Amino acid sequence: METATQKKPVVSKPKKAKKIKLTKEQKRKQRKKMAGMWQLYFLLLLPIIYFIVFNYIPMYGAQIAFKDYLTIEGIWGSPWVGLKHFQRFIDSGMMWTLVKNTLSISLYALFMGLPFPVILALLFRYIPLKKYGKFIQSVTYAPHFISTVVMAGIIVEALNPRGGMIDTIVGLFGGDWETNLMGIPEAFSSVYVWSGIWQNMGFGAILYCAVLAGVDTTYHEAAMVDGATLAQRVWHIDIPFLVPQIVLSLILGMGNVLNVGFEKALLLQNTLNQSKSEMISTYVYKMGIAAALPDLSYTTAIGLFKSVIAFVLVVVVNKIARKYGEMSIW
Amino acid sequence: MVKNNEILTADGSVKVINQKKKNILTPEIGDQISTSIITLILATFILLIIIYPLWFIIISSFSSGKAVASGAVFFLPVEPTLDGYKAVFDHHLLLISFRNSVMYMVVGTTINIFMTVITAYPLSRKDLIGRSKITLFFAFTVWFSGGMVPTFLLYRSLGMINTFWVMVIPGAVVMARMVVTRTYFQHSIPEELLEASKLDGCSDIGYLVKIALPLAKPILAVITLHYAVGHWNEFFTALLYIQDPSKYPLQLVLRDILFNAQTSIGGDAGSLSLDDMAMLENQQQILKYSVIVVSALPMMIIYPFVQKYFVRGIMSGSVKG
Repeated sequence: METATQKKPVVSKPKKAKKIKLTKEQKRKQRKKMAGMWQLYFLLLLPIIYFIVFNYIPMYGAQIAFKDYLTIEGIWGSPWVGLKHFQRFIDSGMMWTLVKNTLSISLYALFMGLPFPVILALLFRYIPLKKYGKFIQSVTYAPHFISTVVMAGIIVEALNPRGGMIDTIVGLFGGDWETNLMGIPEAFSSVYVWSGIWQNMGFGAILYCAVLAGVDTTYHEAAMVDGATLAQRVWHIDIPFLVPQIVLSLILGMGNVLNVGFEKALLLQNTLNQSKSEMISTYVYKMGIAAALPDLSYTTAIGLFKSVIAFVLVVVVNKIARKYGEMSIW
Repeated sequence: MVKNNEILTADGSVKVINQKKKNILTPEIGDQISTSIITLILATFILLIIIYPLWFIIISSFSSGKAVASGAVFFLPVEPTLDGYKAVFDHHLLLISFRNSVMYMVVGTTINIFMTVITAYPLSRKDLIGRSKITLFFAFTVWFSGGMVPTFLLYRSLGMINTFWVMVIPGAVVMARMVVTRTYFQHSIPEELLEASKLDGCSDIGYLVKIALPLAKPILAVITLHYAVGHWNEFFTALLYIQDPSKYPLQLVLRDILFNAQTSIGGDAGSLSLDDMAMLENQQQILKYSVIVVSALPMMIIYPFVQKYFVRGIMSGSVKG
């Protein structure tokens, strides 16, 4: 391990300048400078208040996860109960189902979704009829702008065994599509992931197109002089250039595995596929807000459980990404 | 393949300046023709995969319900009819919600742009004292949130449930778009302009309004589009906070039509004969296809004109200056 790290030159970020304690004189000067740009702080005032109210107050409110929330008593007045709600979540057996469903869908989406934008970008790069390629490229972006509701509607209609798109296509070849995939729990993640690939691969290709366009032309010229075929040039020149971006997408995607787009899952969910489609966020929504008798403290605890793990993941992943390359989330 | 006579366009593709070299089938490479054919076939295949589901929806929306259910519709409308569209426009909520969505989009996007600019500009100034701390204050909210339920309780205690404001105020600053805007201010507007206008006695706000904003029009166009589409497609906020049907945005009505219609038929199944039921179901089917077309229409009409701005947006977000 040690030798490996020594061998590989890690791009280290410049060391932060050491914090020097400011003398009184310097502090006075700084204050004067700040007063000179009071207008900038004035501009920031409204956003800061906005973020305190709409983002930080809910964080403060998340303390009801450790309380039994009573509407009359309010957030502050409700009695503390410690980790009761977390304990209940773990004991209920729901936790493993939810975490497993959430992770399996989002990891499936992450890994399966990775190669398609890359293939598309390579196709657009080497397609002989450029005008035609441009046209295809614009068409592949289009599904990205379909709203989640309409997308879910399209999925359900396409899979409809009574004259849906799949049924019609199968019918053309003389078959009959009888099963409704929406009713099969095991099929849920595939429906979710492949419809996502259909919707987003074109848009995802944009990033890789940019990387490919940035590849120095002299590499290709040299390879062509040496008689390399197109496939060889793609494999030995383009792919190595794409790999850093692919790895970065993967790393950043790992940081978001818990934040999988649950709106689509909520829409596609039905009583038949619930065992595989129920995710942390859909469960919180149903139990905490949509339910007739919402269990506010319990669902807040589940939400907090998710937020904390997601936060740790993002921080770790961002550290790795920083180490890995020149880019990070910020 | 990129020769010196080719330039990169904004969306990352390659443009040929010299027309003579446009043909990439250079004779010295033997396998070029077969790879070209494979590329073309693969690309066409992908085109079909993307287009056919959309085409299927369009032709089904113009066909009769019976034809769709029997699987006869696959390339052109069968037994053409506008019944589906009639049903869409007869829907009591659709036009109201369409108007609501336009209102939410216009007001919401205005708030978004205002808030994003006043956050992004000060943070783009390198001389701002405490810049990194303030940035962290905003960035932290991306990584950690109180969660759905505490947010719901907040809106309830602010009395925002079921109001116009709950649709336009939350999410006023989307962090990724703020960062893109900040980067643009920082790197695409020459610093000398600030110094010069300072010498002429221009204040910070004066500089932002008179000089920086006009120069930032390209990025403002991009984030305006992204915010606007976000509002138009938003459904979960409405699901959480809007109960009054007269305030529904389009997406919520769409959801009712696309997902709850079946259950309403199932409800009075007992009073209907089997034939009637099948007919009703077919009707519902066509209504669904038509409503998908109608709701996607504004987007599809605007899309070709604004497409390049979206692309530019994702590019400026990824390439950091």
